[in-house]
Parts: sequence; structure tokens; C-alpha cells
Amino acid sequence: MMDVGRHPKINLYTYSEVEEVSGYIGNFHVKVRKKARYVNEDECNACGECEKVCPVVGPDGFQMGFSSHKAIYMPFPQAVPSVYILDDELCLGHNPIACGKCADVCEKDCIDFDMEEQIIEIDVGAVIVATGMDVYDPTEMDEYGYTRFDNVITSMEFERLISAGGPTEGYFVRPSDQKTPKRIAFIQCVGSRSNSTTGNPYCSNICCMNTVKDSLLLKDHYPDIEITVFYMDIRAFGKGFEDLYMRSKMAGVNYIRGLPGEFFEDPETNNLTLIAEDTNTGDIKSYEFDTVVLSVGVIPRKDSDVVGKLFTLSRTEDGFFMESHPKLKPVDAPTGGVFFAGCAEYPKDVKDSVTQASAAAARAQVLLNAGEISIEAITSECLTEDCTSCGICVSVCPFNAIRGGDAKAKIPAEVIEAMCKGCGTCAAECNFDAFTMKHFEDAQYIAQIDAMLEGDHMANTVVFACNWCSYAGADLAGLSRLQYPATQRIMRTMCSGRVDSEFIMHAFEKGAPLVLVSGCHFVDCHYIDANRWTVKRVEKLWDKMEKLGIRPERLQLEWISAAEGQKWARTMRDLEELRQAVTKEEVEHTMRVFREEREKAEARAAKKAAKKLQPKTIAVEAEA
Amino acid sequence: MNDDGLRVGVFVCECGKNIAGSLDCQKVSDYAATLPDVVCSVVNKYTCAEPGQQEIKRHIKEQNLNRVVVASCTPRMHEPTFRNCVSEAGLNPYLMEMANIREHVSWAHLNDWDAATQKAMDTVRISVARAKLLRPQEEARIPVMREVLVIGGGVAGIQSALDLADAGYQVHLVEKEASVGGIMAALDKTYPTMDCSI
Repeated sequence: MMDVGRHPKINLYTYSEVEEVSGYIGNFHVKVRKKARYVNEDECNACGECEKVCPVVGPDGFQMGFSSHKAIYMPFPQAVPSVYILDDELCLGHNPIACGKCADVCEKDCIDFDMEEQIIEIDVGAVIVATGMDVYDPTEMDEYGYTRFDNVITSMEFERLISAGGPTEGYFVRPSDQKTPKRIAFIQCVGSRSNSTTGNPYCSNICCMNTVKDSLLLKDHYPDIEITVFYMDIRAFGKGFEDLYMRSKMAGVNYIRGLPGEFFEDPETNNLTLIAEDTNTGDIKSYEFDTVVLSVGVIPRKDSDVVGKLFTLSRTEDGFFMESHPKLKPVDAPTGGVFFAGCAEYPKDVKDSVTQASAAAARAQVLLNAGEISIEAITSECLTEDCTSCGICVSVCPFNAIRGGDAKAKIPAEVIEAMCKGCGTCAAECNFDAFTMKHFEDAQYIAQIDAMLEGDHMANTVVFACNWCSYAGADLAGLSRLQYPATQRIMRTMCSGRVDSEFIMHAFEKGAPLVLVSGCHFVDCHYIDANRWTVKRVEKLWDKMEKLGIRPERLQLEWISAAEGQKWARTMRDLEELRQAVTKEEVEHTMRVFREEREKAEARAAKKAAKKLQPKTIAVEAEA
Repeated sequence: MNDDGLRVGVFVCECGKNIAGSLDCQKVSDYAATLPDVVCSVVNKYTCAEPGQQEIKRHIKEQNLNRVVVASCTPRMHEPTFRNCVSEAGLNPYLMEMANIREHVSWAHLNDWDAATQKAMDTVRISVARAKLLRPQEEARIPVMREVLVIGGGVAGIQSALDLADAGYQVHLVEKEASVGGIMAALDKTYPTMDCSI
């Protein structure tokens, strides 16, 4: 920890948050909000005089509320930077009549009640997301009485109570009477591997070994203490883990395979009675303990969405950030230039966190060391001669990558290539086909659709799947060997925002029984919010289909994430039912209706071209 | 040769038994050979392996191919591999198209040989149709800032920051709390070595 504070190559911003990110791989521009700590970091030498005179006391979060600190305090003795911080909610204020004592005694004049937060701007080539995890709060699991019984504590609280740097200086006592317990129980999988409405379904990875460690710490401090561990399975799979587990058993710790079903407190002694079945023997017994420790699991950070949105990161079903590939790119985020370290990606212990952190640093260095990289040539281009300067493209571009498009000044649209990420929304929204989406051109899609519907056009559903989510979800379905009917043909788009209404109408005109447009869930869209335009477009088409006497159900819209292989397979099965219900007659009707629609539109366009309408007039129509 | 001078080569991958175990790769390849503008169609055991890539390169040169369709796994896996491969044989990497007949076909329809084979044939036909309209693209080169942002000052963030800083890169470490350390700093001892966390 100290090395980080004094390394000449590390700028450490504590009490700070990343607020805004722009740019892309190799060139991120980041705004960091540094909150006011009201103590000058460069000057404070942690003498502690301020703390002595501060008259206000509040709960100490670091010690899990078991002790208190002043309104001006050191987060914990080994804090880096070793600088005091003033809690502005506890502090009486800088009005000298109210208080101001700390400022009076500070010889170095470090305390500045008027300190304001700062915005720091930095440019970086790579980003490592090491935002960590939160600890499961067992309040919702009332069966173990965490909020009702004094002597039921969590494993995090245990850590502080057994620590020499903790509120009891390492003398382990129970909360109700501050006496060292003689009989203590640990209950495993609290909030983990749960199939009920409380807790999470996944294994938190660290709690088994943490309890093994805790049992040895207790046995080391108090050799006569009786320890019982109630567990489902002990997962001691890492290097040296089984050894440690055996040591715990040798030390006399009693491991019972089975979680307690009933739980009472004796109001006199505050002792706890548990009834549990040992599933190895089938014995149901009652046990009495002085203290019960809930071995709580790990959950995704509650503020994961904030960082997720900054870098358009997806999350797996458990809520942790999703890696680029579960085996081959386990530390890369799907967003280029972003890497994961530690529990942000999945619960892991210190060793695995350090391992992944070094891996992430190495992956970042591959990029940083290159100095220059190629970016995929998938960008949009505006053909000036076809542009009417209507400006729709400018208003839909999620990255503000299009300049011009000004009807009044008659300035045609122009794509700033370095800013374009290639979602293709401009190309899909442009009413005048003025955009070429490189490598994903209109003509290429039309050719694919035609090839799909060659022969028996009734046989398959036409599917558009976005590269980052739905297409990847289909990949995961295959990887997981999830089976579904082979009656769909899939086209890849970078973003569902690329799916032009014309593609869909073309597919129907060519006889498609059913069309699916699939993309990322709203928060997952790799192009900020390009898929919101997809929705608008599909909704418009639903209206149109309804008016034309075509069942809107034949155009489906689904959000399937890269983690939702099961949803993909289920959707494919559902689509097959829908497809089978489509009749030949209605498809023939649809083909005719859409052909007439296209012919009408072409006639209108020809008429307009003949009249040589001014761009302004067209723009007004387009806006309307 | 037709007027556009299109010469498409199709390379159907068996991926060991991953693809060949659930569908008829030879039939897919034979079908591909009948498609207009396809001048050669080949089955390989592992197209991504060196011999498979050599086959692609050899055919590009011998058959003067100007479009390549690789019918194998998902492009999310090996698109960079095959782009490099065709590029080494002198073809613009954007003139290579992949048909996903593994994740989207053989693995998803393990027990339906005929339907999987039909879907693979269709998938190849669709990819050939797209490949014929592909155009060469130039990739822009962009500079990379030699600085890095680490978000989070727990044990993982600290380790990443130190590694990168020791390697000589400027690191910006942003921590939400008033001190680095994270959850680790609140632990007493850590397993399996039972040493102090701080």
C-alpha cells in the first residue's frame, strides 16, 4: 500500500471518482472529480492534534461501527495517503463560534473549511477497472436473526474483532456482554449458492477458506474454544487450501455438513440455539453457541452501473462485469483498451486478485507499448452529392461524430472518422441513402437477405443479430450446446441501430415469414444508446404493418445479451412456433403489399427528383 | 470468369469433430463449389491451424482468389486470424468473410444431421453473397497515449498500478475512499499463508 503512495510514476487520487470518459482505445479523455477532504494533503503530517481537540464523535465505518472516530480522523492507522480527513456531515462547521478548534491547533494550517472539489482531466491509453466488490448484507435473510440477535455477527465484523488493529485490539469478544465466547459457530454460504428469493445463486469463492482461516485464528488465540462450522460443501481447491482445511480439522474444529434450520436466542444469556441436520449421518441435533458468525458472500458493487456506463461494460447474469471471452480473454473488457482486475469481474481471493491484476497490467502494456495501433475500418461515410443537409444523422449519432447537416446553411453532413464507432445508425436513419457504412453496406445486407430467402422462403426466420450482444449470445448458446430448431438464418450487424427499415421491408417483400431484430439491452448498448433508434424504427414499422393489414407479430424485437445463451435458445424456439403459424397466403399478401409500397415510394422519389426540390423543403418534410 | 472478375474461394472447416460430427462438411463444400463465382471449395480438418491457413494462402495464389469465405467458427473468435492469413497472401483483409457454422450450426443442432447440413449450406451461400460485395478497406493507425488509468485502489488496483508504474508508464490511480486498501485492508490475516493483510 505504501509503495503506491510514494511511487514517482503513480499519481494517486483518493476520495475521487471518475466522472466522465470520452475517446476510445489508446486515447481516453477522463475527468476525475476529487472531493474536498478539507485537509491539505501535501501539508498534513498526521500529527493528530486536530483529532484530539475535535469534540464530535461518530461511528467508525472501518471498524464496522464497533468503535468511533472524531469528525476529523485518519481512516485507519496505515492509511495511504497518511492524511486526515474531515467528515463534513459530522463537523460542526467552520464558524469559529460553532467550533473551528481543529484549525486553531493545526500548526501547519492544513485545515481549509472552504476547500472545494476539483475536476482533474487526464489522457490515458488504457484503463484498468479494479472497482472491487461489496459484501453481502444478511439483513434480508431474517432466519439467522442478524438484526434481532446481538451475538450474530458477519464474517467482516469478525475480521475487525479478531484484528490486533481492531476495536478490541484483537481480544475477541461477543457484542452482548464483551466476553470471549467459549462456543462459536460459523454458518457458510450466507447469501451465496441460494435458490430462494434472498441471496445469490453463485458461489462466492472465498468464504469457505476464510472460515477455515478464521477457525485457525481463534484456535491460535484461544486453544480451548469450541468451533463448529455448518456448511453445504467445503470448497478448498487452491494451492495449500486442503492443507489448511486439514490443519483446522486437526485443531479440533467440528465441521457439520448441513445448514441450521431453526435458530433461537435465549433472552437471559443471549446465547443462540441452532437446530441442524448433519446430512452425512442424518442426525438432527440442537446446538448451543455463545456467538454465531455468518460467513457472508460477495456481491457486485452497488455502484457498478456508474463505471459500467462510462465504458459501456456489460455484466453477466450474476451482476459482475463481463470479460471479452471466459477462457481466452479473461481480463479484457469487450470495450477496447479496458481491462479487469480483481473482484469487479468475479469474486476472488487476494492471490487471484493479485494474479489477475498483474495479468491486466501485462495486457495493458501490450497496448501501451505498441505506441500505435490499427483500428477497424468500420466507419460511416457521407456521400455529399446525395446529402440534403436535413440533419437527421447529426441528431441520431450517439458519438457526435457528424458535423454539418445544416439545412439552413446548406452544409452537407460530414463524418469525423476518428470519432465514428461504426454503429451505422446514421446510415439506417438517412432517408436519402447518403451514407455508406463501410464493410456493412446496404447492398451487402440486401444480397444476404436475397440469399437467405432463395428457394423455400417460408422455411426460415430472418435474424439480425448485433455483434456485441445477440450474436455473442448465439455463440454462447452454441458453446453451451443449447439445442434449438435449425430454422433461422442469421446476419451480423455491429449494432442493431444499423438495421435499416428498408432491410426489413425487403425481407418481407422477398417472402420472409418472420423477421427478428435483436440487440443489446439498453444499458449494454456498445454505442451508448443507438439501440433506442432501433426501437423507434421497429415501432414505426409495427404501425405501418398494422395499417397495411400485416400481423405486426411477424416482426420481432428482442434484447439478448452476450451472457444470455439460454435466452437466445429460448427465443429461437419461440420464433419457430411463430413461424409455423405464418400462412402462405399472408406471406403472399405481405409480398404484394410491400412491393406496392416500394413502387409507390420509388415513384414519389422520382417525382421529387424531377421537380428538383430544394434541400430545405425536403428537410422540413423529413422533420415532420 | 465473369465480368467483375470475382473469384471466390470457400474453405469449409471440420474443426475436428466439432463441425464434422454434426453435419456433412463435404456436402457443404461441394454445394459451395456450385455457387456462381466460387472457383474453389476445400474442406480442412482445422482451418485455423498452420496447414489450414497454408491451404488458404496457396489457393489465393494458385487460383488468383480475390474473395475468401471461411466456413468455420464465430468471427468473434478467428476473424483476426483469417484476416491476417489472407493479408499475408496479399489480399486485403476485409475481403475475407466468415460463415459461422460451428457456434450457430453444428453445436446448436447436434442431433439433426440433415437440418444442420442444410443450415450450413445456406449460411455459406449467404456469406458468399456478402463476400462478393465486400470492398477493400484501409485501417487507420492511431497513436496510443502511454499513460494508464486504474480505477479502484484495493489489492487488485494497487498491484496493477505498481506493475505498470514499475514498467515505466505513468499511472493515475483513482480511489473512491480516503485511503487505498479496499476490503483487503479491513481483513485481519489472509489465507492460505495466515499473514497480515496490510
